[in-house]
Amino acid sequence: MGNGDYAQDAAPKGRKVVAELRGVSKYFGEVCAVSDLSLSISEGEFLSFLGPSGCGKTTALRILAGFEVPTEGVVILDGDIVNSLEAHHRPVNMVFQQYALFPHMTAAQNIGYGLRQRRPRLPRAEIADKVYKTLDVVRLGGYEHRRIWEMSGGQQQRVALARAIINEPKLLLLDEPMAALDRKLRKEMQIELQDLQRQLGITFVLVTHDQEEALSMSDRICIMREGCIMQIGSPQELYDRPNSRYVAGFVGTSNFFDGILTDNKGVLGTVRVNNEMPMQASHGSDLAIGQDVCISIRPEQMKLHRQGEGLWVKVLNRIFLGEHTEYLINHETLGDFLVLSPRQAEMAESPFNPGDRALVSWEPSAALILDNK
Amino acid sequence: MRLYAFCVYLFLYIPIGVIALFSFNAGRHASQMQGFSTKWYGKTLSNPFVMDALETSLIVAFTSALCASVFGTMAAVALQGIRGPLRTAFDMLIYIAVMIPGIVIGIATLIGLVTVFDQLNPLLAALWPEGLNPPKLRMGMGSLIAAHTMFLMALVVIIVRARLVGMDRSLIEASSDLYATPMGTFMQVTLPMIFPAILAGFLLSFTFSFDDFIIAFFVAGSETTLPIYVFSSIRRGVTPEINAIGTMVLSVSLLLLIAAQLLLQRGGHKSK
Ligand SMILES: Nc1ncnc2c1ncn2[C@@H]1O[C@H](COP(=O)(O)OP(=O)(O)O)[C@@H](O)[C@H]1O
Ligand SMILES: [Mg+2]
Repeated sequence: MGNGDYAQDAAPKGRKVVAELRGVSKYFGEVCAVSDLSLSISEGEFLSFLGPSGCGKTTALRILAGFEVPTEGVVILDGDIVNSLEAHHRPVNMVFQQYALFPHMTAAQNIGYGLRQRRPRLPRAEIADKVYKTLDVVRLGGYEHRRIWEMSGGQQQRVALARAIINEPKLLLLDEPMAALDRKLRKEMQIELQDLQRQLGITFVLVTHDQEEALSMSDRICIMREGCIMQIGSPQELYDRPNSRYVAGFVGTSNFFDGILTDNKGVLGTVRVNNEMPMQASHGSDLAIGQDVCISIRPEQMKLHRQGEGLWVKVLNRIFLGEHTEYLINHETLGDFLVLSPRQAEMAESPFNPGDRALVSWEPSAALILDNK
Repeated sequence: MRLYAFCVYLFLYIPIGVIALFSFNAGRHASQMQGFSTKWYGKTLSNPFVMDALETSLIVAFTSALCASVFGTMAAVALQGIRGPLRTAFDMLIYIAVMIPGIVIGIATLIGLVTVFDQLNPLLAALWPEGLNPPKLRMGMGSLIAAHTMFLMALVVIIVRARLVGMDRSLIEASSDLYATPMGTFMQVTLPMIFPAILAGFLLSFTFSFDDFIIAFFVAGSETTLPIYVFSSIRRGVTPEINAIGTMVLSVSLLLLIAAQLLLQRGGHKSK
């Protein structure tokens, strides 16, 4: 099993592509905000851009919305090149980070704004009717005459959402929509947003720096770093088969052991960890002998036991987490790392105490050799 | 320190208070209170010269405030789209325009207009069809309105600009994202949000134009505005009639200034 190159730009097969970026870069003067982005977004999917603050997520979204013209590359919407098509001509809507609701209008007037711009004009009754239906969809029935500043953050967010989805856009762009909400409300909104997306079948593109949010909501995640796409894939693909140390560290937690690749011929490659200890692990295709690499092993893939084969380690600390127990372990060459032990394993064998010596082992396929970038 | 501040205010406002007080004087002396009466107000309001001057002042103030609000708003919106040194240059020119003393504006406008009129009048006379009386450009209501509009425009630009700068840019983007054309965005989002500032600019402009003596003195030609009337009649001594005019002008100006201030404050809160 190799971890291959999963930064593929193809959308899942069989579905119509609604939007596509081809080699898109954007420079603000000397600053490169995004560089060489390529991806396609297929109809009805929930795609997230995930990355730390300043990595170019918002810029990517703004290029799709039409607020920024790319310096290089091509933006395709619905089969047409739209590089310099202005935002008001694009069948795309955005939920802004601070909502950007119009303060001089009521909730209903905000929501109907997009429909009021249609030419030829829609009948008033039809607009009013759609506004009421959309208010119900976002569970704001009865709030139509409220002023924006009379509403809570969560309600404002629903208005912003309603104002966008009422137009049935080809793409709904959401720029960190949950960032301003408190934790409890955020969880609720995440679930609601997911339901809404399934119910309406609108393609969602979400920007977030919260990995939990991206993992729980998205069909596909696009991991970004310093303006570049590192990997695109389903949450599971990214978790099981990250293509780099960066992705493995960003999606979930992992133990990393630095070393140099000494053999890449067989199914398993060999890495000399810390210049002394050879270890075997499954490897990707494009790693060269002598390259700086690391071995990544997820804490829950490691097992602690008292007999059999494995590496002798010392238990430093134990934290009971309910479902799991987390052990902090020390190995004389590998250093400190984490082992996550499920409840059943704990029941079967008496728990380890700090100071105990134990054996640790893992399936060779669970250890991945990754580029150390 | 408190006492000092108190004295300063006293010094500033006592003369104004005295004028207001003596406008209700029953006697005809400006320095000796002889009982309370509103007869000077009646007398003032039935004086045809005063009413003429008032009418001129109102027309000039209203027209120049209106022109200044419209052109000033247009300039402020256009300046939003400019960046870099050009913007800095414009900003500086506008602040300078507000700070230049009225007398300089008055003289400069007078010289400028006279020069232009001297060039244009023969040209017009030559172009006009035979037999008809060619129009003759000269100082008057037109030049008064033009001069006031010029310097009030800078004021409106500053007030409206402050409001525009405080406006969230993402509102414009949201509007455009929701399919509004640039014109649609301006009419439905920008204009309603800056309207309190425009109205405040209008009221301030109206007050300034209505109260202005110095610029009007240079460019009014044969027209008489209320401040010019007051100035010319004061040479025959301060009468309670003049006090009554002063008090009325003061009250109206104060009301307008307070209204403008309220508008600016309310507009500011809303955008938060
Ligand atoms: N309008 C702009 N002018 C100059 N630099 C910008 C502009 N917008 C974004 N950038 C820069 O581009 C980079 C990416 O920004 P952004 O897309 O906002 O990141 P993110 O949304 O991931 O936090 C940052 O370094 C930022 O400073
Ligand atoms: Mg951002």
